[in-house]
Amino acid sequence: MKFYRIKALIIRQLYLYPRSFPRLMDVFFWPVLELLVWGFLSVYLEKLNLNSVNIASILLGALIFWELLNRSQNAVTIAFLEDVWEKNLLNIFVTPVKLVEFVTSTVFLGLVRIITQGVILGFIAWLLYQFNVFQFGLYTIPFIISLLLFGWILGIFVVAIILRYGTTAQVLAFGIIFLVQPFSAVFYPVSALPTVLQYVAYILPSTYVFEGMRTIIATGTLPLMPMVISFALNVVYLVLVMWFFYAMFRVVKKKGLLLKLDQ
Amino acid sequence: MTSTISLHNLVKKFGNTGKEVTAVDDLNLEVEEGTITGLLGPNGAGKTTTIQMILDLITPTSGTIKIFGLDMKHHREEILNKVNFSSPYVSLPSNLKVWENLYTFARLYGVADIKDKVNELADFFAIRDLLPRMTATLSTGQLTRVNLTKALLNDPKLLLLDEPTSSLDPDIADRTRKLLLKINKERGITMLYTSHNMEEIEELCDRVIFINKGKLRDQGTSSELISKYGRKDLNEVFLAIARDEI
Repeated sequence: MKFYRIKALIIRQLYLYPRSFPRLMDVFFWPVLELLVWGFLSVYLEKLNLNSVNIASILLGALIFWELLNRSQNAVTIAFLEDVWEKNLLNIFVTPVKLVEFVTSTVFLGLVRIITQGVILGFIAWLLYQFNVFQFGLYTIPFIISLLLFGWILGIFVVAIILRYGTTAQVLAFGIIFLVQPFSAVFYPVSALPTVLQYVAYILPSTYVFEGMRTIIATGTLPLMPMVISFALNVVYLVLVMWFFYAMFRVVKKKGLLLKLDQ
Repeated sequence: MTSTISLHNLVKKFGNTGKEVTAVDDLNLEVEEGTITGLLGPNGAGKTTTIQMILDLITPTSGTIKIFGLDMKHHREEILNKVNFSSPYVSLPSNLKVWENLYTFARLYGVADIKDKVNELADFFAIRDLLPRMTATLSTGQLTRVNLTKALLNDPKLLLLDEPTSSLDPDIADRTRKLLLKINKERGITMLYTSHNMEEIEELCDRVIFINKGKLRDQGTSSELISKYGRKDLNEVFLAIARDEI
């Protein structure tokens, strides 16, 4: 793996942002808009004083962490789709770029976007709702890492599907995350799900983060085991998704689909 | 002379077992170092598939491909560092400026002094004034020159050119051919060239290889083939091969 090639792929993507309003909107506008809508709803619910639980913290925490997951998946997929839309995949793959370098560059780009968005969302949440994202203390770090990893895993999965089945599958780039959302217990506890779906929830690394966040708000502590399970699941899925990605790329090369994707 | 490209018993079949279509059928050919070789054949002959296999974009069903005497499976990075490709059908990202595109590809090839390299080639192809422009705003002729600039960034030893003049007017096409001849002579780059313009092939290519239905039909210099088949020019040879008359 050569870092200069990964750097080249990242810089190429970064060239696009300053001059593209839709891309800037994707980074800043939509996440901020969601934060505003949910934030004001949280404030309203809190004023109703439904119970003693800090509803604003639960909703805002859930929303910010959900956005991290959503955007990290989105960043990987969109970075790849940029090359599909610009019919640039052939140009990229006739260079010595390796598949792992290509994937790494999209993941790094996602990281840059997530950090930028996280800082902005965290600041706005603090400014408007006095919500401190660091109220979870050191747990914030494993929460974020686990969600980033799972977002990348979903992103790489979608890229593999688009490679194999073409641009007709690009709807997954924007939709797959919403398949995960109901089972991740983002805005409600796992116990609110029917028993069968609880099993589904517990095979998703994201569930442990959202459950953990609520546990901290309620009790101030977090048991270690759920986070260990979350990371273990991420490692398993990462291995599986990379295997799947390489398998799909082999099929793409066997069937000559790269050229078709560029036409 | 040594071979830059060696294809042995190359086969490519597409489709599921029982419904397979053979795009390249037991192809054997050699492209000698420093030459411009025309790869000719009608639409669907297997030219593009062959080029894509040489570039490791398509996996052959069977057979071997050796570039610079090395096989792609074990020496992909080493080979592709010395190979480049240009085709009007494969565009550079239109949402980047020309210099951004060229810098990106220079970085991907690990070019040491990117600014000097891009400026040197920009002068060679007379595109200095295009560097700050958005790629989307370029004319077809300008894009061809930018594509060729990109194709020389890594000082390739082998250049694969897929119909590089197909969408150019006669003036720009003529200038492009002269540039390619200049590159070949000054830099000794081996070129594999596809085109449907037989006059162009006669002007440019040291050797031509005819394929049809995935099979090698004949090869030699243009004059050898014209004389062998008793035809007026290469265009007539092409028509005869495409129509299975010879």
